Amino acid sequence: MSEEVFDRGRRTISGCGLSGMMSLTGERVDGRAIRASIALLHERSNGLGGGFAAYGIYPERRDHFALHIMYDTDEARRRTESALEDDFDVAQDERIPTRPHPGIVNPPSLMRYFVLPRASRLEEDGATAEDYVLARVMRVNAEISDAFVFSSGKNMGAFKAVGYAEDIAAFFRLDEYEAYIWIAHGRFPTNTPGWWAGAHPFTLLDWAVVHNGEISSYGINRRYLEMFNYQCTMRTDTEVMAYLLDLLIRRHELPVEVACDVLAAPFWEQIERMPEERRRLYSALRQVYGGALVNGPFAIIFARHGEMVGLNDRIKLRPLVAARKDSWLYLSSEESGIRAMCARPDLVWAPRAGQPVIGRLGSEVVAGEPAHGGRIAVGQEATSE
Amino acid sequence: MSSTPTDTKGKDRARAAARARAQRAPVYRRSADFRWTHDPEQCARCKRCVQQCGFKALSWEDGPVVDPEKCVGCHRCEMFCPQQAIAVVPQVQHYRPHPLWTQAHRQNLYLQAETGGVLLAGMGNDLPYPVLWDNLLLDACQVTNPSIDPLREPMELRTYLGRRPDAVEVTLGGDGPELATEMGPTLELETPIIFAAMSYGSISLNAQKAIAMAAEECGTLWNTGEGGLHEDLKPYAHRAFVQCASGRFGVHADYLNAGAAIEIKIGQGAKPGIGGHLPGEKVSAEVSETRMIPVGSDALSPAPQHDIYSIEDLRQLIYALKEASNYEKPVSVKIAAVHNVAAIASGIVRAGADMVYLDGFRGGTGAAPTIIRDHLGIPIEIAIAVVDQQLREEGIRNQASIIAAGGIRSSADAAKAIALGADAIAIGTGALLALGCTLCQKCYTGRCSWGITTQDPALTRRLDPYVGSRRVGNLLRGWSAELEEILGAMGVNAIESLRGSRERLRGVGLDKTTLDILGVKPAGVGA
Amino acid sequence: MRIDASDLHYRDLNRRIREAAAAGTKSFDLLNVNGQRYIGDGIAGAEVEIDIHGVPGNDLGAFMDGPTIRVHGNAQDAVANTMNAGRIIVDGHAGDVLGYGMRGGELLVRGKVGYRVGIHMKAYRGRRPVIVAGGTAGDFLGEYMAGGLLIVLGLETTNGEPLIGDWCATGMHGGAIYLRGEVDPRQVASNFADLRAADAEDLQDIRESVEAFCEAFSLDAGRILGDGFMRVGPISHRPYGAKYAA
Repeated sequence: MSEEVFDRGRRTISGCGLSGMMSLTGERVDGRAIRASIALLHERSNGLGGGFAAYGIYPERRDHFALHIMYDTDEARRRTESALEDDFDVAQDERIPTRPHPGIVNPPSLMRYFVLPRASRLEEDGATAEDYVLARVMRVNAEISDAFVFSSGKNMGAFKAVGYAEDIAAFFRLDEYEAYIWIAHGRFPTNTPGWWAGAHPFTLLDWAVVHNGEISSYGINRRYLEMFNYQCTMRTDTEVMAYLLDLLIRRHELPVEVACDVLAAPFWEQIERMPEERRRLYSALRQVYGGALVNGPFAIIFARHGEMVGLNDRIKLRPLVAARKDSWLYLSSEESGIRAMCARPDLVWAPRAGQPVIGRLGSEVVAGEPAHGGRIAVGQEATSE
Repeated sequence: MSSTPTDTKGKDRARAAARARAQRAPVYRRSADFRWTHDPEQCARCKRCVQQCGFKALSWEDGPVVDPEKCVGCHRCEMFCPQQAIAVVPQVQHYRPHPLWTQAHRQNLYLQAETGGVLLAGMGNDLPYPVLWDNLLLDACQVTNPSIDPLREPMELRTYLGRRPDAVEVTLGGDGPELATEMGPTLELETPIIFAAMSYGSISLNAQKAIAMAAEECGTLWNTGEGGLHEDLKPYAHRAFVQCASGRFGVHADYLNAGAAIEIKIGQGAKPGIGGHLPGEKVSAEVSETRMIPVGSDALSPAPQHDIYSIEDLRQLIYALKEASNYEKPVSVKIAAVHNVAAIASGIVRAGADMVYLDGFRGGTGAAPTIIRDHLGIPIEIAIAVVDQQLREEGIRNQASIIAAGGIRSSADAAKAIALGADAIAIGTGALLALGCTLCQKCYTGRCSWGITTQDPALTRRLDPYVGSRRVGNLLRGWSAELEEILGAMGVNAIESLRGSRERLRGVGLDKTTLDILGVKPAGVGA
Repeated sequence: MRIDASDLHYRDLNRRIREAAAAGTKSFDLLNVNGQRYIGDGIAGAEVEIDIHGVPGNDLGAFMDGPTIRVHGNAQDAVANTMNAGRIIVDGHAGDVLGYGMRGGELLVRGKVGYRVGIHMKAYRGRRPVIVAGGTAGDFLGEYMAGGLLIVLGLETTNGEPLIGDWCATGMHGGAIYLRGEVDPRQVASNFADLRAADAEDLQDIRESVEAFCEAFSLDAGRILGDGFMRVGPISHRPYGAKYAA
């Protein structure tokens, strides 16, 4: 039996803890709060992977694509850098600052590059800068073994490793970065540990996704994506989630809310109770996007510049809690995870199955926030000082 | 228990018959396939066995007497004997055994030596080719993702068939998102199981009516076959595929507009590349009216459609039908699964078909040359896998649905077909079994004891369409409930999450090449 | 006994409670709880009382057999999992899968409750588990319910907020659900359960539990019991009897 057969779609399945925080006004804070939250969810992970994505961390290089790359060998680094030099103007390259931590062993060589597509090549390609970067990132990841681009957006970055999330935060010195969106993941993989690239978040340009749950429909989601030329190579369900979001939101230009209704589609019996116009829309979505229905338990937090979204599956098999405090939106697998970031939220609520919570920069209104008040935050006075 | 009547009269009769046979064909000796046995001590002498035998193999002579040459082993007499005095058992091999020259080969050869004819058979291929369904196993959840209990949580089998756009365009209006894409006509099914084409003529009106009623009741579709649409079945036409085949029997504009969808029949799994022949004696007044041909005239279906000699001609017919039905009916093209099925299916989709119906080499038939039935075509499992993959690779999978048929025996086969990539499966033989068929394979004689594949009023009245529809409906309900159980065990609650999800299949005892073609990993390889 | 749970791992916290309870301590005051799981897990003894300040973690009172827990705040998922006896009072709201397989005792939640509340609750030999939610409930309320009492009061709900979610009572084959207010019949699994207005006898059935709830939260039971309740009860104790062929 060939490698090919074994390799086809072999993936890591995992349970996990998630947290996210976003300032709706763009206020930036360092990584200590998000670290405290994901540390509190320690029990949901097993030390085999974790990570963070942070938005707004490179304001002085806001127009450059920030490539975070891990190398297992010098040869991989030499080949990758030579490719980068052909395709990009590299404004700055440096080691990603780290602090040795006993919980983080055998780190690969971690580099970051602030780059712009080389103008002449970009013109030749006739592609957008984003597609140009995306193609080259995919090429490095597919073709250069021992090199892996784990972050490629502008003014944002992903930081991930094998270890517990709170140790990873310390290792990457996240207390020294300031961001207006932080999302975090502590991982409980049940298979193939020890692969840095396989940790969350999974990123694509400035998209980052963290995910909890095993996707029971992985097989068809993957084949569906292959029709649109996404090759799933990462051995993780989360990759599928990221590509589906890219396809639905970036390529098919569906509003985020509608894309969420594809991933966690309403049931037919619910669709039948909708008013005629909505029924037509949802019937069409289900007929067209059956292969994109993400079935089985999941909770995800995904972000891009200006937006953070939390979503769980259509029968709520994975937990997700949301909260508001002033201009901040918080998401976490557990309420205690939120209270580790924000001891006294104004409002805490449990989003309904399949209904996204969407925070947008510059808007005080959070989609999915219950109009009639969620859980009131009772009992705070009793949390003695 | 003694085999034949013990009384002298009976013995004399049997001897006389044997003498007559010997004189007729001194070299050839036609052997019986079955041994009909009867216990006279149990016999209540009710003569029901004689009345029930559609093949006229039994006569009464102070007790039932069999003509062994005529007994097809349909078991009707046995099942209707109130005393359980009858047993029909396979005839013991009486030639010297030979692994190459099997009894079947020898008997066929003798028959052809006598007649010079083409061997004829009914139902599906009965040779022991591998059944790939039996080498595939389904997945289930344990711990890392939960199974879902279909007994209480919602489980969705609803299936749509037809062409879909690749993407939905949505505009944001004042009241939220609005659909901006024009959706073509699609077929809504409450279960991914439909009925295969079986024409009025090949089966009785009562049989077709039983199936049509079950389809309506269960929210699925039946198929007229190429026998036209009988007046009595018009109330059920909105749940029917109306077929347009090479004989064009009963095809006219009203017919095309009466159905839910139109099907162009190119071929049939049981007889790829072969036409059909309904003998004139079966063209009764009612069949004549439905098929729009004179009473008693042979109804010949040419092998090819004579307006389709190439793929662009198929396109011409597809659009002729769409024009005739104002683009309101999705069009299916039915083909036999043959070696080049993937490329053919791709051509069919590009020619404008909204559905491709694949019929595997195990598919049934009312009549087909045995040699064709038993030796042409490929397994449906392979056909689904390669067609689904081909359409995906070409990025046109959304443009047409795949319907798979030909030897689907249970909900497990159905689930495996769907996991390989079928949108829906069709059952023909399975539905007839539900109506009482015992697979005696003598449909072409028109003598079906169960009133299914016959037009003889004495026989067709045995099949009560209401009773039949309940039985066929029960089958669909049972299979649908089992599909829900399978989905639940896999931790998904919508059939589209199984559809094409080959990750949920594993092969046992299959060679690497076959696994690769099926796109399935061997058992033991994890996620 | 006061325990400051700040930064205390659940294993340390629960070990201290277990050891003290075994040594005869009856009263516990847990401060600054945030996310510690399994509080009260498997603890027996009707006299034990545990006061929790903050948000306890999942599986609060799992397998518990007698004690009383009061949460001065919200609770998370899986409260009263397979609980045998005792009482859990939550001043705030609680999450999903409350009272899974609960066999006895009471869970009183002042606020809202999440999905799958009372899943497979069962009654056995004089034990009759009770869950009362003061607010609203999510989908799959009383799923697979085999016994006991589930009451949703819908206090302080605003316009348009549904009292319960979809698929209430799917698989129900025992016990009773009482809903105070309007219910869309499509939200109740009509193939398993029967929805009707509660009568005087029914109100008698829930009086004790509603009074206990009102006493816990200083509310007027008379006023609450006066309002219209709907009752959901199983059609059959063997809902799947006809499903199988053998």
